[in-house]
Amino acid sequence: MSLMNWIDKRIPFSNTMKLHVTEYPAPKNFNFWYLMGSLAIVVLVNQIVTGIWLTMSYNPSAEGAFASVEYIMRDVEYGWLLRYMHSTGASAFFVVVYLHMFRGLMYGSYQKPRELLWIFGMLIFLVLMAEAFMGYLLPWGQMSYWGAQVIISLFGAIPIIGDDLTTWIRGDYVISGATLNRFFALHVIALPLVLVILVFLHLIALHEVGSNNPDGIDIKKPKGSVPEEEQAKFKFHERYTNKYDIVDAIPFHPYYTVKDIVGLVVFLILCSLVIFYAPTMGGFFLEPPNFQAADPMVTPEHIAPVWYFTPFYAILRAVPDKLTGVILMFGAIVMLALIPWLDRAKARSVRYRSTLHKVNLTQFAISFVILGYLGAMPATDLYTFIARVCTILYFGFFIALFFYSKNEKIKPLPERLTK
Amino acid sequence: MMKRFLMVLALLIPATVLAAGYSGPLDKANIDQSDKASLQRGAQIYMNYCLGCHSMEYQRYQRTFEDLGIPVDLGEEFLQFTGDGPGSHKFSAIDRDSAPEWFGLAPPDLTMVARVRGADWLYTFFRSFYVDDSRPFGVNNEVFDNVGMPWVLEEMQGVPSKTYERRMVDGEMREVYVGIKSDGTGRLSEEEFDQAMLDLTNFLVYTGEPMILERQRLGMFVIGFLLVLLVLSILLKKEYWRDVK
Repeated sequence: MSLMNWIDKRIPFSNTMKLHVTEYPAPKNFNFWYLMGSLAIVVLVNQIVTGIWLTMSYNPSAEGAFASVEYIMRDVEYGWLLRYMHSTGASAFFVVVYLHMFRGLMYGSYQKPRELLWIFGMLIFLVLMAEAFMGYLLPWGQMSYWGAQVIISLFGAIPIIGDDLTTWIRGDYVISGATLNRFFALHVIALPLVLVILVFLHLIALHEVGSNNPDGIDIKKPKGSVPEEEQAKFKFHERYTNKYDIVDAIPFHPYYTVKDIVGLVVFLILCSLVIFYAPTMGGFFLEPPNFQAADPMVTPEHIAPVWYFTPFYAILRAVPDKLTGVILMFGAIVMLALIPWLDRAKARSVRYRSTLHKVNLTQFAISFVILGYLGAMPATDLYTFIARVCTILYFGFFIALFFYSKNEKIKPLPERLTK
Repeated sequence: MMKRFLMVLALLIPATVLAAGYSGPLDKANIDQSDKASLQRGAQIYMNYCLGCHSMEYQRYQRTFEDLGIPVDLGEEFLQFTGDGPGSHKFSAIDRDSAPEWFGLAPPDLTMVARVRGADWLYTFFRSFYVDDSRPFGVNNEVFDNVGMPWVLEEMQGVPSKTYERRMVDGEMREVYVGIKSDGTGRLSEEEFDQAMLDLTNFLVYTGEPMILERQRLGMFVIGFLLVLLVLSILLKKEYWRDVK
């Protein structure tokens, strides 16, 4: 095609497409868990597109924010749909990101040589939490206001600079229009920009080291070590085949694009069920007090963050000392970021690891979900006790992993991918 | 695979609803958003008895008329008591500066009260006023303790009081609270009043989310389309994956 030629002489379009899409070798045994990455990209695009249209009618001022959201819900054509797509998308983002992260934990996708890939992922998670937190202030409802009040006050626990820091974040002595304006700026410009750049880096790092898979076995073998007839029968980009013999792989496109489309459609059906039939998800995606305009004089009876923050909020509340609580809350995320160096096992996938590790990983997942539940509930004595146990189990996962993984007895690893 | 995904989802979403305040039992409000007559009756009650104090400043008259099947000219004549035209928002006539002095608190906007409180709460609340001489307006409410408003629907319901019966409890005769009863001086019978409060609740659920029917209707088309797309995408995937062994 002459147009393609014309373009390729000026920008490496075809080559880039081959390198990253049509001739990118992907392990052929991806399962359900490997959908989450592409779903996360779709949700990111949804958030950006619906977000652009929402900003067209949104008014970022303390006087007008709440009314402008209701204006979008009532007077803007399909404004309610844009708003519900955006609010449901926020929760859907965390659903797929949490599943995506758990996939990485299960199959050891953070282990060498994917440490930096994992770190970029953790940075995306952090920015995503900041993005969601600031976005939640924008409707200027009661929970927007008081949720932000609670979270920002956490920074006040830092010794010496704490109070000045909270004033600096709010731009005022209380949460006010000044806070709303800056959160709006960060939510619609700064953080999405950082997010997109980090996602780009995450993908570049992924394609440099190659995708892991449920077996955790490399599909790139040393050049010349695999007889011709045992190598994968597909054409891959020479960037990959010059250095390695590639086994058990298929090109990302068309095989995984068509497979991901099936997963995407199922995902869209689930999201549609929420958007059209349960947009508040029983108070978990949109909290009831948030349909009341922010009132600095009236504190809601029970302030709970949105569900995707509740595990970390539960850890915070489980600790009697505020500063220690804040440290542990952020420490919970730092531990995750450090896992490439905490886990010293010789096998990646949970399939080939010891029973002890399987039990440890399972208890970690269960503790996390229980913490999530407790963080949404009012703190009672019993709940606080359970939250403390789960906090110990959460951190215990990492500490135990560090000690047993070094000499962990693993099952014999296969040379090639199993079914 | 799908099952596992749904299980994870179910774990993430505990079935409890976040409720606040009154924790006693609520009566179920069997409302029907497609019942236009009920919504119209609810609107009539709201405009006549509530709007004097409680604005609905996010909802326009015209939108209400159109959604409820009320011709705009009839709506303007019988349901709109201001001369602002049907495109305007529903503001109460109350003096916003004096209201806090009169009631201790400015009467809140009720456009989205059903989204904050829930339909069952509202339905129970309306039927839970009772005479209490210790309160400034002579009434209190079972669901909303020390409520700051007078009982404006007394003319419909009659004078409601807490009633007690002498019953045998644990081998002793005691006065037992059996609920709120009207003295029968109201315009409506008990059943008629319950129905009226159901209509009012229905109307408030509507104003909280006026697109609710449109949302549910559109959802069927979207999900229907996606189901067709799902079949096609599965066939496409199978066709391509025949090459992969």
